[in-house]
Amino acid sequence: MTAASIDAGAVADEPVDRSLALRGLRKEYVRGTPVLRDVSLTFAGRGLTAIIGPSGTGKSTLIRCVNRLVEPTAGQILFLGQDLARLRGAALRAARRRIGMVFQEYNLVERLSAIENVLCGRLGYVAPWRAWLRRFPREDVDGAFDLLEAVGLADRATQRADALSGGQRQRIGIARALMQQPDLLLADEPTSSLDPKTSVEIMELMVELAGKRDIPVIVNIHNVELAKRFAQRIVGMTGGDVVFDGAPGDLREEHLKQIYGGEAWL
Amino acid sequence: MTADAIHSPGTAIRREWQRFTPRQRLMRYAFYLLAVAALVQSLRSIDIIPEFLEDAPAQVVDLFARMWPIDWAYYPKTVHAALIETIHIATLGTILALALATPVGLMAAVNITPWPALRLLAKFILVSSRSVNSLVWALLFVAVFGPGALAGTLAIAFRSVGFVGKLLAEALEEAHKGPIEALTATGAPWSSIVLKGYWPQVQPSFWSIALFRWDINIRESAVLGLVGAGGIGTALDDALNLLYWDQVALTLLTIFAVVIAAEIIVTVIRSRVL
Repeated sequence: MTAASIDAGAVADEPVDRSLALRGLRKEYVRGTPVLRDVSLTFAGRGLTAIIGPSGTGKSTLIRCVNRLVEPTAGQILFLGQDLARLRGAALRAARRRIGMVFQEYNLVERLSAIENVLCGRLGYVAPWRAWLRRFPREDVDGAFDLLEAVGLADRATQRADALSGGQRQRIGIARALMQQPDLLLADEPTSSLDPKTSVEIMELMVELAGKRDIPVIVNIHNVELAKRFAQRIVGMTGGDVVFDGAPGDLREEHLKQIYGGEAWL
Repeated sequence: MTADAIHSPGTAIRREWQRFTPRQRLMRYAFYLLAVAALVQSLRSIDIIPEFLEDAPAQVVDLFARMWPIDWAYYPKTVHAALIETIHIATLGTILALALATPVGLMAAVNITPWPALRLLAKFILVSSRSVNSLVWALLFVAVFGPGALAGTLAIAFRSVGFVGKLLAEALEEAHKGPIEALTATGAPWSSIVLKGYWPQVQPSFWSIALFRWDINIRESAVLGLVGAGGIGTALDDALNLLYWDQVALTLLTIFAVVIAAEIIVTVIRSRVL
């Protein structure tokens, strides 16, 4: 990676097609019982897509198949001109660093400082010995400080991650994902461990920062209200199938009944 | 109370509970009887010589009498240098063990090494290291390298590899998966994931294991001299062979003091660092 392409603003000068297409994506943890049933979806190269659905319906599996944290059983994942499902070794790692990910439990390295957690986003680019000696390239360190500022935690740079609150940790998680200079941002239940106010702030932050960089975002989320508020598109899943796909305004009660089952909760 | 009484309606219900069934009770009594029989039989066959047994208290008093007064002059002459050598053997042996055990520990951890054959090999190394006593390792290395501190250091290192490697592998296996998943998602290579994902998580355990093992090694290296592998045990062995009980007393006292000191040092460092 050269210094020029690390520059935070460099996204716009080379228009890349950041759309993602899933074709017949299937996942069986146990043979014969698919968690994802041949899902085919196309995600545009911009904006926020929310995937809603009950627990255990394959939302997390779907999103983890994209960067191969979970191995798909069958199907294609077309992104940046290649089928991610076929990649192995160094090619897979090179593809992974183009995809940032934000987690429900933040998944920070608790005993490292906030800034070092952000710099961990560069581990796909930086040689292991540099990371080991903490000699990250100058522009990476600058980028990390800029991102800490962007998520409002510039003053916490040297604090250990385990000294931060849940909302602060998730901000670090977002900064780490953006530190990868990704072409796609995945978020797996990013607000489920947070209080309602912090949840909104985290969603706003993701929309703002990803929007500035023109990075498409795919978010798994339980909270239908948050999904409607922040997404341009909602995908409803149940039992490993996509049962709704459309604009937030088109999501009706009958869809929610179909997605979550029953109506007593509505 | 019989089963009828419990189930028949109208009568007051008194339920009984017993830990064991009659059959289990019978088995237990049979086991106790067998244990007593074995004890009696073994007492008969160990050939206690009654004269020596009667003599024992007098012998103990005599031993202490010969140990007193302690030969303090022996300390600067021989014991001091031997003591320093013991500390060197323990410390160098521990450092060597940490270096050897780290790759083996990584190989033994199921979340780091996905290949069962490699894990089996690592487990084999760890078990063979632990199944051989330090004194036996020392005998082997004395045979190879001749008597002296080198044999002792290697004996300590080889005995410690199993201990350190096993505990390190367990610490690695207990590491949280979340950060590892996150670093995998950044496209980090394996070595970076180990350095930035696993190492920060196992670091406290690692230093705690190292200190603990050093403490044990101070004690173990004190006796290695008995088989010629250097250290304060050599001084003890010489004094014992020459029946200089006042020197034996001094050496034992020194070992005791050093073990206590190691214990205190480890406790202090642990409370400061961890």
